[in-house]
Amino acid sequence: MDFTLKIWRQEHARAKGKFVTFQVKNISPDCSFLEMLDILNEELVDKIQLPVSFDHDCREGICGMCSLYINGHPHGWDDGVTACQLHMRKFKDGETIVVEPWRSKAFPVIRDLMVDRSALDTIIQEGGYVSVNTGQAPDANAVLVSKEAADLAMDAAACIGCGACVAACKNASAMLFIAAKVSQLALLPQGRIEAKDRVRRMVRKMDELGFGNCTNTYACEAECPKKISRTHIARLNREFMCAKLIAENTL
Amino acid sequence: MIQLNSKVPAGPLEKKWSQYKSNQKLVNPANKAKVDIIVVGTGLGGSSAAAALGEMGFNVKVFCIQDSPRRAHSIAAQGGINAAKNYPNDGDSIYRLFNDTLKGGDYRSREANVYRLAEVSNAIIDHCVAQGVPFAREYGGLLENRSFGGAQVSRTFFARGQTGQQLLLGAYSSLSRQVKKGTVKMYPRREMLDLVVVEGRARGIITRNVITGELERHFGHAVVLATGGYGNAYFLSTMAMSANVSAAWQAFRRGACFANPAFVQIHPTCIPVHGDYQSKLTLMSESLRNDGRIWVPKNKDDAEKVRMGQLHPNEIKEEDRDYYLERRYPAFGNLVPRDIASRAAKERCDAGFGVGTGQAVYLDLADSIKRLGLNVIMERYGNLFQMYEKITGHDPAHTPMMIYPAIHYTMGGLWVDYELMTSIPGLFAIGEANFSDHGANRLGASALMQGLADGYFVLPYTIQNYLADQFKVKRMPTDLPAFADAEKNVRTRLETLIGINGKRSVDTFHKNLGHIMWEYVGMGRTEAGLKEAVSKIAALRKEFWKDVRVTGSLEGVNNELEKATRVADFLEIGELIARDALNRNESCGGHFREEYQTPEGECLRNDKDSTYTAAWQFTGDDKEPILHKEPLNYEFVEVKQRDYK
Repeated sequence: MDFTLKIWRQEHARAKGKFVTFQVKNISPDCSFLEMLDILNEELVDKIQLPVSFDHDCREGICGMCSLYINGHPHGWDDGVTACQLHMRKFKDGETIVVEPWRSKAFPVIRDLMVDRSALDTIIQEGGYVSVNTGQAPDANAVLVSKEAADLAMDAAACIGCGACVAACKNASAMLFIAAKVSQLALLPQGRIEAKDRVRRMVRKMDELGFGNCTNTYACEAECPKKISRTHIARLNREFMCAKLIAENTL
Repeated sequence: MIQLNSKVPAGPLEKKWSQYKSNQKLVNPANKAKVDIIVVGTGLGGSSAAAALGEMGFNVKVFCIQDSPRRAHSIAAQGGINAAKNYPNDGDSIYRLFNDTLKGGDYRSREANVYRLAEVSNAIIDHCVAQGVPFAREYGGLLENRSFGGAQVSRTFFARGQTGQQLLLGAYSSLSRQVKKGTVKMYPRREMLDLVVVEGRARGIITRNVITGELERHFGHAVVLATGGYGNAYFLSTMAMSANVSAAWQAFRRGACFANPAFVQIHPTCIPVHGDYQSKLTLMSESLRNDGRIWVPKNKDDAEKVRMGQLHPNEIKEEDRDYYLERRYPAFGNLVPRDIASRAAKERCDAGFGVGTGQAVYLDLADSIKRLGLNVIMERYGNLFQMYEKITGHDPAHTPMMIYPAIHYTMGGLWVDYELMTSIPGLFAIGEANFSDHGANRLGASALMQGLADGYFVLPYTIQNYLADQFKVKRMPTDLPAFADAEKNVRTRLETLIGINGKRSVDTFHKNLGHIMWEYVGMGRTEAGLKEAVSKIAALRKEFWKDVRVTGSLEGVNNELEKATRVADFLEIGELIARDALNRNESCGGHFREEYQTPEGECLRNDKDSTYTAAWQFTGDDKEPILHKEPLNYEFVEVKQRDYK
């Protein structure tokens, strides 16, 4: 298969970027999107040109490192996959493909298609955990968890932290990302104790870091490679409202 | 001359660890904050160690290559984590887990280390549940277990097909808590390129900031390497793209011994190779072998026809299928250990019964779907089915999956003693980066166990025995000659790589190396082949330093430069793997020397001459390394031939 690629190139964070057009030929339909970029980069190196920088690592859809905005969709239009699991058979031969980095104020471009997503780590550091030190835990079966709660918590915990939800959102909101963590821990007895404090702090941090708010368009859910449901946002909102009803640091 | 001392404590097997902990030296709470510990890598081992050390009050600095510690490749582990809880009441115990792990490793691991691993396994599950890891549950609210290769009990805990992800996110959450508290400082997007040794002790590292290109010097009273394995020396593997051996390799070049590099695990259930543009292989969890049956056509004609696309596997009648694992190993059937399952697949394909490209066998879930219903199977393996379908375009619910073995894990690694300290004082190695617990073959669901055991429950204790008098050592300024020299060393190497200006890209060298490794140092090894590999790799390495083309400069993001430093190290370890395989005149676990096999084609160990750990010492570029042998004494178990029939 042959493709025309329009790729965003930007030398560094403060440089002005632009689209550059490349041609790739004889690509196997079984090739993944990132392998197609590998082929392009090998050709560029052969021509003593700088290869296109993009983030990637596990190449099996779980590390959350890849962050390509392909033809107007984070990770491409295909359902429930990251860019590394998107295969060229999903495209038409001869198609023009536009590749951009995540588009969000909270994720500044580092170079070409790489962006800085450290804001997501900062949010987790605000409360995305249970405060337990190593060696303090009771027997694993001492606290029962219903299968339903465990399954729902697992649905939320499947988030890979790629930031596609933020990139998809017209407000650049991180609500689905936060909802996934808040919801997972709110559903489990281990996480309930700190639930109120957690939700307050994480939402406050999200606002501070320049993420927008949620206006319920659900683009995040539609583009999430792990299909995290918007019902977790509903749970986040409920947790947040309940937490707001109680003054901070009182019980 | 290095003297290897395993420092295994005396006393009965089941008391060694508790007695060690009772008698070891500790660092008092007020002094802990005066001690800097560097942890390199944020997979299960690194994240858990950093979190636990931070909780204790040490001053920890953590480094990772990716943009976030949550992306380390432990995240991709699918199947589960073992522990000796015996919740299903099927006869499990610490001793049984220990014995299974030792036997699975073909009696080439250190007895006391393996027992300790089994001993702390239960605490891992307790801790992870307390962190909010959503393990699978029964309807009554209790934890669910499943069985895995190499065991006859169900001792594996799991979180759907994403156990590694959930355990890593658990460790990452604890790490994040410490970052917020200020006990841990996180340095993402850093690659360790050298180790700094001052007066014989590990005192720091040199890193490259992969965004700015800046070289940085960091001091630590001790350095912990949790940098994973070296499987990417084979180019195609299930490892992440950035997984590399460079940190461990620089430690080796600075004097740490490298143990059993030839012990490499080839996982039986990966999606087969389909083209030379391919960048990596994808694993299908071994847990599929619980409900899947592995087979190839019984007749070569049928195999030929399915390869040509003239026959659909579902049209092959039951009596015309060869369920070769069930046939050869009736007691364990499809659940034999990984090395055995991999070799059996290769044997069938080499004999002409392979399907797909000829290098593939079927993993068929049709019987289980019929027996349990598609819903139950989807609940267990839904994400794996989806992953397979996305990659291959075929739906495993209707067509048997095709699988073939691929490089997956490396049992070998930096030599460590009972305290997980390498042969350089103050340098520790944990998780896959060390060699200690899996012998010649690792059992499924044991890597997660070992990474977390080392990180949460072993290293945070043993490192204190070393640090007990180190708090008196003042923090060293990083303008000491040892730091400056190490940085200069790195800079020269990077400048040399960019300055070569050759004609071939880094990837072409990496692929060449991968082909040599897979061909000669893969599933079947021979003396002649290994000698060939040693000379071919040496020649390739020479060509690399003459003809590689690295575009860009030292400043800023330069992916080609990053790849080049890694491939340069793979070109060195590749040779060591081959040398180690050549030295080990026996077959054991993942190391199969064709000269040493039973009439049935099973591994033939040479216990008399080869019951030792091979620890290699660096002597200089292009010089032969020195081999040290640490004898393995089995005081408590009887060493037997593995039998899964």
